[in-house]
Amino acid sequence: MKYAFYTGCVAKGACPELYQSSLKVIQRLGLEVVELTEATCCGAGVIREGDPELSLAINARTFSMAEAMGLNVMTICGTCQGVMSSAQKQLKEEVGRMDRVNALLAMDHRKYFGTSQVKHLLWILVKEVGLNRLKQYVVRPLNGLRVAPFYGCYILRPSWDLGFDDPVNPSSLESVISALGAELVNYSGRTKCCGFPVILEKEDIAMGMAGANLAEAKEMGADCLVTPCPLCHMSLDLYQERAEQKLGERLGLPILHLPQLVGLAMGFTCEDLGLARHMVSVGKVLEKVGAI
Amino acid sequence: MRITVRVQKFDPERDAYPNEKDYRLDIGWRANTVLDALFQIKNELDGTLTFRYSCRSAICGSCSMVINGQEKLACKTMVVNEIRKHGQIVLRPLRQMRVIKDLVVDMEPFWRKVTEITPWLVSRELSDVPSLTSPKVTKDTLSEFHNVDACIMCGACLSACNSYEASPGFLGPAALAKAYRFVADPRDGAKDERLIDLDGVNGVWDCTRCNFCVEVCPKDVKPMEAIIRLRRAALQGGIKQTMGARHITAFMEVVRGEGRLNEGLLPIKMLWRSPGKLLRTLPLALKMFLRGKLPFPYKRPIRGIKAVRQIFEARRRTTLKSPTS
Repeated sequence: MKYAFYTGCVAKGACPELYQSSLKVIQRLGLEVVELTEATCCGAGVIREGDPELSLAINARTFSMAEAMGLNVMTICGTCQGVMSSAQKQLKEEVGRMDRVNALLAMDHRKYFGTSQVKHLLWILVKEVGLNRLKQYVVRPLNGLRVAPFYGCYILRPSWDLGFDDPVNPSSLESVISALGAELVNYSGRTKCCGFPVILEKEDIAMGMAGANLAEAKEMGADCLVTPCPLCHMSLDLYQERAEQKLGERLGLPILHLPQLVGLAMGFTCEDLGLARHMVSVGKVLEKVGAI
Repeated sequence: MRITVRVQKFDPERDAYPNEKDYRLDIGWRANTVLDALFQIKNELDGTLTFRYSCRSAICGSCSMVINGQEKLACKTMVVNEIRKHGQIVLRPLRQMRVIKDLVVDMEPFWRKVTEITPWLVSRELSDVPSLTSPKVTKDTLSEFHNVDACIMCGACLSACNSYEASPGFLGPAALAKAYRFVADPRDGAKDERLIDLDGVNGVWDCTRCNFCVEVCPKDVKPMEAIIRLRRAALQGGIKQTMGARHITAFMEVVRGEGRLNEGLLPIKMLWRSPGKLLRTLPLALKMFLRGKLPFPYKRPIRGIKAVRQIFEARRRTTLKSPTS
């Protein structure tokens, strides 16, 4: 299985541990990846607010690179996945859109045809690697670790753009957590918003959301949260102290990127997975799974 | 077919807490809706069960409720489909609104928000905008907002809205979608005033784009898309100093410059005019730096950035000539 690897900006910026741990897991699974080093930001839903066609153009540019290699795109960011899935749909379905965008791409001597698919690592684990094969790589089962899944918005909604999970009762993240031997924590916040998109302009609202989801997961007995989206990770980990201030309650809930949780079960060390970079200490998680 | 319908029952005048009650009933495999099932329960099993309905055909918006975890219209939701997908039917009232009884909620906050946005056309003659002839709604301008006019005010979007949950003052999806309808209507004479109002506290910038409203809307109104258009209309109308507007402008500048987003540069570009706010980001920035999570504000652009900048520039020139919506 070979993919054009779209890392997204955050894995190359504020969450380098996501990039690092993804590579470890990808290599261990024997997946082949070619990194799209010339790709731009996906726009994260922000560029589209300023100019929708520009947002489609930069994404079509990325797709054209994968198409030129005859590969599907692998993402490791829920937000990238959502933006790119929606972009593909619009490019293919809206009358005249693809031609207008290709006129822009001509400036870069590229053309978008609409042949490559975009798939999040989570989906690849569930559908292409398969849970049974994934289980064969588990050398350190996460028995007894109580993990609360946190999907974030973009990888679920609108469901007709993504076409993978059920938007109300998704199961892909849960199935991976279970396959790794960990215990599931069910709570309503798992499909909700982390607040990140308004964190710089409306911190109070963002922290209200992050705080409510974290507090609920903690109350349900979670040892940690796991998320397929690094933007959620920033809101829940980088800003957890501010969420605690807003709640008036100490949480100290570790937040793991999806490949970090998978990597732990595969036997990688704390250093391999960049777990020490987090704001909230993952010490308790490591202790519980016997990684220290 | 024998099914179980679990309903959240609550009479605030008698009960301390909501409780759940299971009703077992036989329904035919014919076209039975959840609303039909509710009638059957009320007629045959429990006359006290309270729910709101009127048209029975997805036009009035009265019977919206939470069906198996998602806001839906009871009259538009087939029992068979729910049973196939979930194996059961669990009914709860809309979220985030006060329960009057069982499945009936107090829609007052919803209506208040809708009335707050001046939900009618402001005539040009009465406002200061000089106009000689009254503009007409053409097919093109109508297509800008006709899907928003499909709104039946069922309240599903507000019930599902994550921003409203965190900030009850937020105008919310339905009211803002309605507001967009008037901003996009060429006959309206108060477009500028509307945009200024909507850019204020509790307005368009409170939305976190969680997409719940788009997902649950039974009439495909896509309220969040209308909110995004309002944001764009504000930017194109020159209202650029709100934090939300600065976020978009700064984000696009960073990507145009480096090809990728740079978390070390974005806050500087966005907040340099508000030194207090920029200063507040410093403690976190320091912590991020110590953990190797803070990118240097200047990064080498991606390879091929020249062509990317050309695409940005081409779009800038086009949108200057004819603003997109």
